[in-house]
Amino acid sequence: MSLTYVLESVLALLVLGAAAWTIAARSAFAAAVGFVSYGLLLSLMWVQLAAVDVALTEAAIGGGLTGVLLLGAVATLRGTEARTSRRPASMLRLLAAACCALVSVALAAVVLTLPEAGPTLAPHAMAALPATGVGNPVTGVLMAFRGFDTLLEKVVLVVALVGVWSLAPDRYWGGHPGLEHRLPADGVLPFFARMLPPLGVLLGIHLMWTGADNPGGAFQGGTVLAAMWLVVMMAGVRDAPAIREQWVRLALVSGPVVFVAVGLAGMLTAGAFLAYPVAIAKPLILLIEVPMLLTIALALGLLVTGPPERPADPS
Amino acid sequence: MSTVTLFGLCAAALVGLGLYGALTHPQPLRKLIAFNLLGSGVFLLFGVFARRGAWQAVGGDPVPQALVITGIVVAFAATALAVALLLRLQKESGEATLDPTAPAGAPAERPSP
Repeated sequence: MSLTYVLESVLALLVLGAAAWTIAARSAFAAAVGFVSYGLLLSLMWVQLAAVDVALTEAAIGGGLTGVLLLGAVATLRGTEARTSRRPASMLRLLAAACCALVSVALAAVVLTLPEAGPTLAPHAMAALPATGVGNPVTGVLMAFRGFDTLLEKVVLVVALVGVWSLAPDRYWGGHPGLEHRLPADGVLPFFARMLPPLGVLLGIHLMWTGADNPGGAFQGGTVLAAMWLVVMMAGVRDAPAIREQWVRLALVSGPVVFVAVGLAGMLTAGAFLAYPVAIAKPLILLIEVPMLLTIALALGLLVTGPPERPADPS
Repeated sequence: MSTVTLFGLCAAALVGLGLYGALTHPQPLRKLIAFNLLGSGVFLLFGVFARRGAWQAVGGDPVPQALVITGIVVAFAATALAVALLLRLQKESGEATLDPTAPAGAPAERPSP
């Protein structure tokens, strides 16, 4: 038994332990904290599965942003927690546990009886990759071979944000999302919020840029940018923008709009929607990725901030 | 047992755990966390299948990996929308429960006339 295998077994046990804690924890706060550590441990599993792109996404979104979102909700709902504790009857819970165990056993049986050689699209992806001009096959799939999925996913982000915004009371429509954070300007968090973003913004852009050939990409880079923005807003260094601001809305739709425009141009120049002429495939992919980075960063940041809760400034 | 089998079994257990939490937890926020757990288990199964599709220098099939990246982002967007709905419910009714027989608390905020 090799050392790697021992470490992997420990990792799997830790992930299962964190997951069980998340379900069994008494308080919602403990569950949310458990979920964050679970996300970070899970991203280590992704590294072991040779999926570093996924590991970065899981750590940044699964562990980071979802954690911020959940902790914020836990704080708001703290007062209702004790009153919402009526669990189903123990007989019913036992039945649910049995059914869930059955699902797990069925999945485990599938895992154990998989054929020796797994089906793979890797040879096809690698054969077509040079035509896209990018070297990272995952970026190639996201931006070229399955570009349609990525386009729709941008639309989902914007639609989800519209859904969140539409939960605002009428009188706050168009106003500033979230609570106003007022902290002493010389505190630790505002200091942090001034020192960290310059580096974080560089890192975010670097992740997007290097994603062409190395692990990374617009998703991971955009999440880092969103995290930097959230730090700045939470420290009260800059207030969240009113959602009626024209620039917010334009920046939000810029990602999908440029993607669709390039896709439509592909019909004329390369013969199919979302097809790129081979000679300029790489510049086109970059042209799509830059506004996409902006859309992802803005949408993720605003999804965490929530619906408007204050009126817009009189103007 | 190989890495992929080990992680595959772990993923199967995660799906069951998440499903149990989503079914039995009385608090909607806890259901949401459990549902995310379930989803991450399914993503991990994708990762196992991708790893089994390793080919030459490529560590795993890039197609399921890319699908999982898209999936994580969409799952986050759905979670954010669900949290916003839940917080709105709490503002309107003073409670955050899916139980229709629960006694209503005082609204945290009076709706505007």
